[in-house]
Amino acid sequence: MTVIDVKGPTVGAGQVGRSMRRVDADEKLRGEAQYVGDIVIPGMLHGKVLRSPVPRARIVSMDTAAAATMPGVVAILTGDDLLDIDPFWGHAIKDRPIVAIGMVRFVGEPVAAVAAVDETTAEAAVKAIVVEYEDLPVVGTLDEALAPDAPLVHDGPTRPGLFHGLGTLPERDGNVCYRYRIGTDEVDPIFETAEVVVEGTYEFPGVYQYAMETHGVVAQVDGTGITLWATCQHPFLVRAEIAALFDVPLGKVRIHVPYLGGGFGSKSYTKMEPITVALARKAGRPVRIVNRVDESMVTTRRHNARTWMRTAATSDGRLLAREARVWFDTGAYADNGPRVTATGGDAAPGPYRWSAMRVDALCVYTNTAPSGSYRAFGASHLQWVGELQVDEVARTVGMDPVEIRRLNLARPGDEVRRGGKPLDADLVGDVEKVADALGWDRPRDADTGRGLSVGLLAAGAHPVSSAVVRMETDGDVVVLVGSTEMGQGQRTAMAQIAAEVLAMPAERVRCQGTDTRFTPYDRSTGASRSTTLAGLAVQKAAAEVREDLLDIAALVWPHPVASIELRDGAARCGGESRTYPELIARRFGLSGGQLTGEADVHPQGTGSYAEGPVFWEVCIAAAEVHVDRATGQVTVRRTATIADVGKAINPQLVERQDEGATMQGIGNALFEEMVYADGILLNDNLLEYRVPTIEDLPAHSTCVIVENGDGPGPFGAKGCGEGAFAGIIGAIATAVADAGVPVRELPLTPERVWRSIQEMQEDHR
Amino acid sequence: MRVHLTLNGRPTELDVAPSDLLLDVLRDRLGLTGGKRSCDVQVCGACTVLVDGGPVSSCTYLAAEAHGRQVMTIEGFRETPAFDQIADAFARHAALQCGFCTTALVLTTHALLEEGELTDEASIRHGLSGNLCRCTGYRAILEAVADLAGAEASA
Ligand code: FES
Ligand code: FES
Repeated sequence: MTVIDVKGPTVGAGQVGRSMRRVDADEKLRGEAQYVGDIVIPGMLHGKVLRSPVPRARIVSMDTAAAATMPGVVAILTGDDLLDIDPFWGHAIKDRPIVAIGMVRFVGEPVAAVAAVDETTAEAAVKAIVVEYEDLPVVGTLDEALAPDAPLVHDGPTRPGLFHGLGTLPERDGNVCYRYRIGTDEVDPIFETAEVVVEGTYEFPGVYQYAMETHGVVAQVDGTGITLWATCQHPFLVRAEIAALFDVPLGKVRIHVPYLGGGFGSKSYTKMEPITVALARKAGRPVRIVNRVDESMVTTRRHNARTWMRTAATSDGRLLAREARVWFDTGAYADNGPRVTATGGDAAPGPYRWSAMRVDALCVYTNTAPSGSYRAFGASHLQWVGELQVDEVARTVGMDPVEIRRLNLARPGDEVRRGGKPLDADLVGDVEKVADALGWDRPRDADTGRGLSVGLLAAGAHPVSSAVVRMETDGDVVVLVGSTEMGQGQRTAMAQIAAEVLAMPAERVRCQGTDTRFTPYDRSTGASRSTTLAGLAVQKAAAEVREDLLDIAALVWPHPVASIELRDGAARCGGESRTYPELIARRFGLSGGQLTGEADVHPQGTGSYAEGPVFWEVCIAAAEVHVDRATGQVTVRRTATIADVGKAINPQLVERQDEGATMQGIGNALFEEMVYADGILLNDNLLEYRVPTIEDLPAHSTCVIVENGDGPGPFGAKGCGEGAFAGIIGAIATAVADAGVPVRELPLTPERVWRSIQEMQEDHR
Repeated sequence: MRVHLTLNGRPTELDVAPSDLLLDVLRDRLGLTGGKRSCDVQVCGACTVLVDGGPVSSCTYLAAEAHGRQVMTIEGFRETPAFDQIADAFARHAALQCGFCTTALVLTTHALLEEGELTDEASIRHGLSGNLCRCTGYRAILEAVADLAGAEASA
C-alpha cells in the first residue's frame, strides 16, 4: 500500500469507499453530455472516407475529377497530397499510410477522403471517385499467412513506432511482425516423463469492440497549429504521433477529449486522427469525420488467435509444465498487435507454480482489418485455453476444479514472470470466494455445467501520470487529470480520491475532459490504470493542497499542526473551526486566490515492459450454463466474478464494471464473431454481427469485491473492469466442457456445440 | 416539402427533403443532439425519440412521416416531471456508464411505463430488447426499471 505523507491526522473522510452517484449522471441522462459527433465548430465541413472494396490490390489509377466538380465538395485527399511528409504511422510499427499509397491491404482501408458542406454531398462525392484496382493474391487467414510461399502483406524494413514499448523490435520474419518468447527448454524432459499430459489446438474469434459511439474526429489546421476534438483514450500519445506525422512541435497540437461513448480499447492509440487532420489541412477548413459502424469495425478489432497448448501433471494433480504456441492475427497493420501478443504470452502459462514453462507467441499480418486493443486483451485470448487444460487434468486424475487450483495456484510473492513484478493477490482466497458465490456445490442436472477460471492480466501499462488539484476561493475543487471518461466512472473516482484527501464532499470536486494544452500529461486510459496511476497522482496533488490548508490553519491557531484536523470542509482545532474559504481568504485577502497542488507518478526502474506490470489484474469468474443437447444452445444461467481491487473507491461502480465486462465476455464466448471469407468481412453490420441484448442477461449474477489493500494505487487500490472479461470466457468454456461438450473453438454457437455433441456421440459408437 | 409537427410541445414547421431522416434533421438542423446515432439499421435504439408517445428509431424514420405528429426528444422530456423520477432511478442504480445509450433508454422506459407494459422482469427484458447498451451489461438497467415499474428483478 502506498502511503502518502500528509501533515496532520488523517481522519477517514468517508469519501473513498462510498457508492456516490456518478458525477456525470445528470449531464448524460439529460442528453447534455457532449460527444465528438455533437461538436460543431464555425466553418466546419463533413468528411467521408473512400475505402477499399478489395483485400489486396495494386492501385492502378484513381480519377477524382467528377467528384471534385460536384457542388459542395471542398477538398479531396489522396496519397498525392502527402508527398511533403512521411505519411506512415502506427504507435508500435510505423506501417500504416494515412491513405493508401500504391496498394491496399484490407477491405475498408482508406483510399481517399472527401470534405464537403454536408455528409450527403461528401458521401455522393466518395461514390463518384473511380479507382482501378489490380487484384493480388490474398493472405486471408493465419494459415495462408504462415504458408512457406505466402505473399508478404508488407515488405521493406520494419520501422518502430513511437510507443511500441517492447524493447528492440525484431525484423519481420515473413508475415510475422513480432514474436514474444518466455520460459525455458526445461519443459521438454518433463513432458517426456509426465504421468498426465493434455494437449490441443484452440481457435479464438476476431470480434468487434462495438463502443456504441463510433470513432470520430473534428480537426482544424490553421496558423496556430493543429486542433482536434477526438474520441481518444490516449490523447497524449495521439498528440505525439500527430506532431511527428505532420512535423510540428508538440505544443502546436492540441487535443480536446469530450465524453467518449465507450472505448473498451477501440479508441486507444491513434485511429482516425491522421486522415482527418490531413483532410482538414487540404481543405483549409475544419472537418469532422464520424465513422459508420461498418467503418469502425474495420478501423480496429480484436485479434482472432490460434493456440496450441500442452500441460503436464502428476497423477495426483500436481501441475508440472506448460508449453504454448500462439498465433495472433493482427490484420493488415500492426496496430497494438505486438503488445497484445506479449500480454497474451504472459497470460498463457496461467498463475500456477510450474516447474517449467515455455511460451512462443507470434503476431502475424494478414489482409484483414487491423487488430488492436479490446478489454483484457491477451488474457481473454489465452485464459480459457489454459483453464480448459487444467480442468482436463482434474477430470483425468479425478479431482475437483477448485481443489486442483487450490493445490497449484501461485501464492502472493511468487514469481509470475521472470524479472517482473511478483504476484500481488490472494488467488486461492479469490477462487474459494467465486466458487461460493456461484454455489459450486449445489445439486444440478445432467445438462448443467459449472466452470470457473483464474488468470492474471499484466495491467497498468507504462506508469506515468500527473495531476493538478486546485482549490478555488469558494472551497470547491477542480481536478485536472488526463485520463479519459469513457463510461468507467473515472471522473467520479478522481473526485472521490481528491475529496478523501481534502476531507470534503466529493460532490464539490469537478473533473473535466482533457485539453492537452492545459491538462497535465497522462500516458493513457486503458490497461485498468486510471484509478491506480492517475488516481495516485490526484491523491498526491490533493495532499499538497491539504498541506497548504494546514499551513494556513497553523497561522490561525498557534498550536502544533498535529492538533489541527481537517474535517467536512473545515480546519478544526480545540472547539474552533475555519472553513476552507476562510483559510483561503486568510492567505490571499478578500479578493480571492487559489491553492494548487501538482504531482506525478513515474517509473521506479527503467519502466520497461519486462520490469512490470504495475500490478497483476486478477481475472476470476465462475459460470453455470445449461446446454440444450438437441439444439446446441448454451444458456448462461448464473455468473460470479471477483473484483480484487485492493480498495474499492466506489463499490457500486466496481460492481457495474464487472457486470459490463461479464456481458461482453458472454457475447465473445457465445456468439460474437467477425466472419471473414477471402479477406472479405461478411457480417459488417449489427444485424448480422449480434451483440448481447438485455434478453441475454443471465438470471443471476454476483460480483464479489475483495479488498485486501494490496494495490499500488491510492488507499491500496488497484484497477479493475477488465479481469472479469477474461475470467468469464474461461468460466463459460470450462462450464460447457463440464456439461460434457468438448470445447476447442469459440464462439460456442448452437451449430458448433451441436456438432461437437454429434461428433462425440459418433466417437462413442 | 413542408412538415408541420409538434416538437417537444411546440408547433414547428420544417422544410425537409423526402429522403431526410428524422435523426439527421433533429441533430444537424435543430441542434437536438441528445439522441445518438450508432448502428443506422434499427438495432441499437440509441436514436430513439417518441412519436405520438411511442418509441421510434429516428435513424430509419423519415422526417416527412412526422407530419401532424407529436415528436418528443430528450431535450423536451427532461423538462417534464416524469423525467426526474426515471433519471433518479437510473442514477441511483448507476444504470448508465458512457451515456451513449442513455437518453434512448430513458425515453423508451417512459413510453413503456405509460403504456403499462412493464409489469414484471420478463416484460422489462422484452420491452427493452431493442435498446443496446454495451457498457452496463444491463443488470443495472434491469434493476432501475424494475424499481420504476414496481416489479421484482432477479439478482
Ligand atoms: S442508430 Fe438508430 S437504431 Fe441504431
Ligand atoms: S452506457 Fe455506454 S452504451 Fe450504455
